[in-house]
Amino acid sequence: MIHGPSKPLFLRGPSLNTRLLTCAILSVVLMTVDHRQSHLEDVRAALSVVMHPVQWMVDAPFRATHWARTNLASRTVLVDENQTLRDAVREDAARLQRLRTLEVENQRLRELLNAAQAHDYQVDVASLLSMDLDPFRHQLVLNRGDRHGVVRGQALIDAHGVMGQVHRVGPLTSQALLITDASHSIPVEVNRNGVRTIARGTGELDRLDLPFLPNNADIEVGDLLVSSGLGGVFPAGYPVARVTRVARRPGERFAEVHAAPVAWLNRSREVLLVRPVEAVEE
Amino acid sequence: MRGGAVIAVSVFIAWMAAVLPMPDWALPFRPEWTLLVMAYWCMALPSRISIGWCWLAGLGLDVLMGSLLGQHALGLGLVGWVVARLHLQIRVYPPWQQALVMAGLVGLYEFVLFWTDGIVGTRADVRWGPVLTTAILWPWVFELLRGVRRRFKVA
Repeated sequence: MIHGPSKPLFLRGPSLNTRLLTCAILSVVLMTVDHRQSHLEDVRAALSVVMHPVQWMVDAPFRATHWARTNLASRTVLVDENQTLRDAVREDAARLQRLRTLEVENQRLRELLNAAQAHDYQVDVASLLSMDLDPFRHQLVLNRGDRHGVVRGQALIDAHGVMGQVHRVGPLTSQALLITDASHSIPVEVNRNGVRTIARGTGELDRLDLPFLPNNADIEVGDLLVSSGLGGVFPAGYPVARVTRVARRPGERFAEVHAAPVAWLNRSREVLLVRPVEAVEE
Repeated sequence: MRGGAVIAVSVFIAWMAAVLPMPDWALPFRPEWTLLVMAYWCMALPSRISIGWCWLAGLGLDVLMGSLLGQHALGLGLVGWVVARLHLQIRVYPPWQQALVMAGLVGLYEFVLFWTDGIVGTRADVRWGPVLTTAILWPWVFELLRGVRRRFKVA
């Protein structure tokens, strides 16, 4: 007598072709809905919790080295660092004093002009999880999610400039799209003269395109582009990119203008999430 | 019906390897780890692991990588179907010939990804790097997973 688990000679259940067809139809439906509408964001958020252990494990060694570097540093290094930071804080504080008077002055002028009041913004610190995502999209994973108050569309900046915006929020983590992603555009203005345009991502980490500038637009290599605040996603006045190439093409309607992002898109680990503070009505 | 946990752990590790940070020059050559692992289990235990599980493993990959939901799932489902059809033949091939089959499967998988990216308008190229690296890695992954399967008596 033979005991033990008996292996079926033939595959049970629906035939292979039926299964493949089911999976294919399911895939196509999912992709269509995911691409066209946002009904699936909840599904994705729920699934992202299931996949969170994978993210956590991949990030663990990087977290550990980060921890080791901060906790096992020698005393002299810490003292040095402390000194540098103190100096930096003092310098910044001095600069801020001027800024405060300027801010008040600006507000008064705006009142005189009856212009809209500038928003106030609050920033939250988040760090990136070390992960490589879809190689053809420029995305990042943040260690903050719904539970920490992250909302869809929040702008992401680092110490140097605008990085991108949050486009998917899960309960524990969220994903941000960088300004260089080929599907991303950000409204900008030239800091020097206020010329407004749109900077479009190219899929290359060091280049943005400004496709809608006419040939006679006043723009030069080296101009700083700042976020214009139009569109309501990005706060106004943060540096976005620096113009690297201006080619005026006779016979074409628009000039060819390239710019390089000023944020450290692939080097920052600590990033800031910007959130407009609801204006308190008196 | 034993060793479900072993299979789950192997898929978990494959998922980790799929998003592990690598230097920029190595990115185009990242092997398709999930495909390797799922192809092995489909071949070894066809009555247990088949298209449905491959599809779910792919869906996990979609969530993890932030790609279109269902994209990698479709690719892996298709791979699962091919392996389920041919598993009796693939089993008796020598390793290098199995590696060739894997190259074909990765080619199919990459093409599905490229094709869906093209339809939704994401800028993408067909990536040939993984075809090579995945095929080269197959004999080792095969030996490793066979060892694991025998050691833990997964059946």
